[in-house]
Amino acid sequence: MNNYETVFILTPVLSDAQMKEAVEKFKTLLKDQGAKIVNEEDWGLRKLAYPIEKKTTGFYTFLEFEAGPTAINKLEVNFRRDERVIRFLTVKQDKFALEYAEKRRNGKGGKKQDVRDSAGNGAKTPGKEKTDVELKEKEK
Amino acid sequence: MARQTTEIRYLTPLSVDVKKKKYCRFKKNGIKYIDYKDPEFLRKFLNEQGKILPRRITGTSLKFQRRIAQAVKRARHIALLPYVVDLMK
Repeated sequence: MNNYETVFILTPVLSDAQMKEAVEKFKTLLKDQGAKIVNEEDWGLRKLAYPIEKKTTGFYTFLEFEAGPTAINKLEVNFRRDERVIRFLTVKQDKFALEYAEKRRNGKGGKKQDVRDSAGNGAKTPGKEKTDVELKEKEK
Repeated sequence: MARQTTEIRYLTPLSVDVKKKKYCRFKKNGIKYIDYKDPEFLRKFLNEQGKILPRRITGTSLKFQRRIAQAVKRARHIALLPYVVDLMK
C-alpha cells in the first residue's frame, strides 16, 4: 500500500449535483479497489491558468488515499474514459509530502486563521505609521 | 564629464562591498516539501513570462531547484500556473 494524492478537474458545464455525483463515482471506484480515502477537498469552481478544451474554468477536486499500485492504473483509465474529466494528476507521496500533507490536513483551519491574523497585523501597521506621521505633524 | 567618471569609479567598488550573499530559502527556513498546489508560492520562482528563474538569481540550492522545477511543472499541468503568458499579474 502506498500513499497517493490526486487532483482532477471536471468540466464547468456540470451542475453542482452532477459534479458531486462524478466525484462520488471516483471515490466508490477507489473504495472498490480496496483504497482508503484519507482526505477529500473540494476547491470549487476555479479559473484555469490557460484554456483546456476551450473552457476557462473547472471544478477542482483533491483526494488523498492509501492504495495499491493497481488501483492507480484503474483510476487513471477511468479518468481518461470519462468525458467530464478534463485534466487529472496523480502523485505518489514521498516521506516529505506525507509530512506536509498531514500538517496541511491538521492545520487547515489554523492556516486560514494565520492568514487572517497577518492581514490584521498588516492593517494595523499602516495605522500606526499614520499616527506616527500625525504626531510628527503636530510636533511641527 | 570628469566629475561623472570619478563618481562612477567611487561608487562601483562600494556597491561590491555591500553586495548581499544569496542563500537558499528552503535550507534556511527548513522547508522540506514544495507544494505544487500552492501557485502563489511558486510564482516567486517565475519571471513575468511564467518561466522558471535560474538558480543564479534566486539563490536556491540545486536540490531544491530540482524540486521547484518538478512542482512548477505539476502546477502547470493542472492549470494552476500558465505554460506561456505575456505578463503575469
